[in-house]
Amino acid sequence: MLYREAGQFKASSVEDQQIFPILQDRIAVGIVLVFAFVVVPLIGNQYWLSAILTPFLILALATLGLNILTGYAGQLSLGTAAFMAVGAFMAYNFVLRIPWMPILVSFALAGVCAAAVGIVFGLPSLRIKGFYLAVATLACQFFVLWAIQRIGWFTNYSASGVISAQKIVMFDYVFDSPASKYLLTLSIVALLALLAKNLMRSETGRTFMAVRDMDVAAEVIGIRMMRTKLLAFAISSFYCGVAGALYAFAYLGTVEPEAFNLDLSFRILFMVIVGGVGSILGSFLGAAFITLLPIFLSLVSGTVSGVFGVEVSHATLSNLEVIIFGGLIIFFLAVEPHGLARLWQIGKEKLRLWPFPH
Amino acid sequence: MNWQFFLEVLAGGLLAGVMYSLVALGFVLIYKASGVFNFAQGAMVFLAALTFVSLLERGVQFWLALVITLAVMVVLGVAIERVVLRPLVNQPQITLFMATIGLTYVLEGLSQLVWDSQPHGLELGIPDEPMMWLSETANINISQFDLFAALVAGTLVAVLAVFFQKTRIGRALRAVADDHQGALAVGIPLRQIWAIVWTVAGFVALVAGLMWGARNGVQYALTFIALKALPVLILGGFESVAGAIVGGLIIGASEKLAEVYIGPFVGGGLESWFPYVLALLFLLVRPEGLFGEKHIERV
Repeated sequence: MLYREAGQFKASSVEDQQIFPILQDRIAVGIVLVFAFVVVPLIGNQYWLSAILTPFLILALATLGLNILTGYAGQLSLGTAAFMAVGAFMAYNFVLRIPWMPILVSFALAGVCAAAVGIVFGLPSLRIKGFYLAVATLACQFFVLWAIQRIGWFTNYSASGVISAQKIVMFDYVFDSPASKYLLTLSIVALLALLAKNLMRSETGRTFMAVRDMDVAAEVIGIRMMRTKLLAFAISSFYCGVAGALYAFAYLGTVEPEAFNLDLSFRILFMVIVGGVGSILGSFLGAAFITLLPIFLSLVSGTVSGVFGVEVSHATLSNLEVIIFGGLIIFFLAVEPHGLARLWQIGKEKLRLWPFPH
Repeated sequence: MNWQFFLEVLAGGLLAGVMYSLVALGFVLIYKASGVFNFAQGAMVFLAALTFVSLLERGVQFWLALVITLAVMVVLGVAIERVVLRPLVNQPQITLFMATIGLTYVLEGLSQLVWDSQPHGLELGIPDEPMMWLSETANINISQFDLFAALVAGTLVAVLAVFFQKTRIGRALRAVADDHQGALAVGIPLRQIWAIVWTVAGFVALVAGLMWGARNGVQYALTFIALKALPVLILGGFESVAGAIVGGLIIGASEKLAEVYIGPFVGGGLESWFPYVLALLFLLVRPEGLFGEKHIERV
């Protein structure tokens, strides 16, 4: 009843090709955007904006990047955090060494550097497939972190290897309040998500999906394997690189290379799987789920120990949280292997018929 | 070039490689029989070692502790089959892989919850010191413990080889590895086979846990050795027991040699990534590893 496309006729090819063809979708996206841009900064307090929403958006961007590579082009990668590290440390160096350059250009160039690294470590994908490729991308993860720690230039020869990201300044306006950082992150993420959405329904996206579904068949119908796979690696790493730069500048502030360890790569992969492989919306849902789950768990455990008056030690609590986190992941995979995006799909199908299913 | 020193480093590396092989074996077993890339192997090693050492510290006899730990691993194997694998039959490999990462979190949390997160020392009664006669006659220092570990690994591989080739269950395992549906069609109980294979992997994890625990102490860092086993795996090929051994030897030796001979020029710390890059270069020549099965692609 509410969500029904009946009666929405497309009179021209332009109308038929628009990004959200159904009126209800356009309204929903509009409402979400207005809510995120206007309402959230007004009602959100400092903790929510700077400790939850900003990292959520940044990780969603990285998830989007990995989803382009894994979900759309079918290349499994465990090196996401390394690409983010390249983005973060290159952005730091661009701002440090070329101070007159606008900061957004620095971020973009950092993304380009990450893309270059992605192309280099994507080269093996031309010959290696599946899990062999996944383990091979671990080489990227460990090598990049090692290089950043050992080569002093990246950290401006800081003894501990820790850098302090510079302030974000644009047209003499300093982004230092949580709300301004949140808005900057949101703008970049929204823009890049829109770009990804459009890219994935263009010829490029379709060749990605052809390669994912069966690469030999794709090659036979004339898709250039090398160009397509390397392009997927480049685009994916660009997204991850920008996410890494934002992670350093808008979220962490002071960054050590170890912040981009293997654990972060796994978490982003979790977000892709839980959210939905090969779905833009899923990237955001997955990132929200994995970011909020530990916070929710610690809230619940705090309440439970408060209600029952049981004094549980901190170590026990954190172990319990880890167990529940892992258990929920397994449970989730068993119940809905196609991720949250699939749940959303099913929900839409139901809404189409509701409230008269016959 | 100092040949004696070279030989010493080489031997040390080879023997360290045997330790990697012990962990890689567990991966291979499960991958062969169920096509699951079990990331939780490192956590299983940790759980086994921690259970064993905690029992010892509570005054349980050595052999009794061994039996109890083995029983725990059997229960764990059956439980994993029931809770994790059975609901995920016919899912893509990546989903199963992610499930085992979830399992890693559960096992790590569980073992630290039941026991504690303190590092423990483990004494197996084999001194970790250079053998006298070798260092006297050839002036090469090789630890007695390393040799013992190599012996254990060799025995383990021999036992597993006999198990796979000669016994009824072993043949059933190979049949399942070959073709799930075909195995079901001739009446092999798939679920039992999976439970058995996870149990055997648990046993291998116990052996690896004892060896690594005696070497480095039983502590949380034990879970990271799974990461060391991964390049061994792709170098040797996922499906091959022999590959796990040969891959382990190659990785161990080259890693130590690289650290000693290239390390000083680039500031050290090569061990973290060198095995991966080596395995990667190797894969460029042989994409299915040394002994992995060749995949023929058809449209």
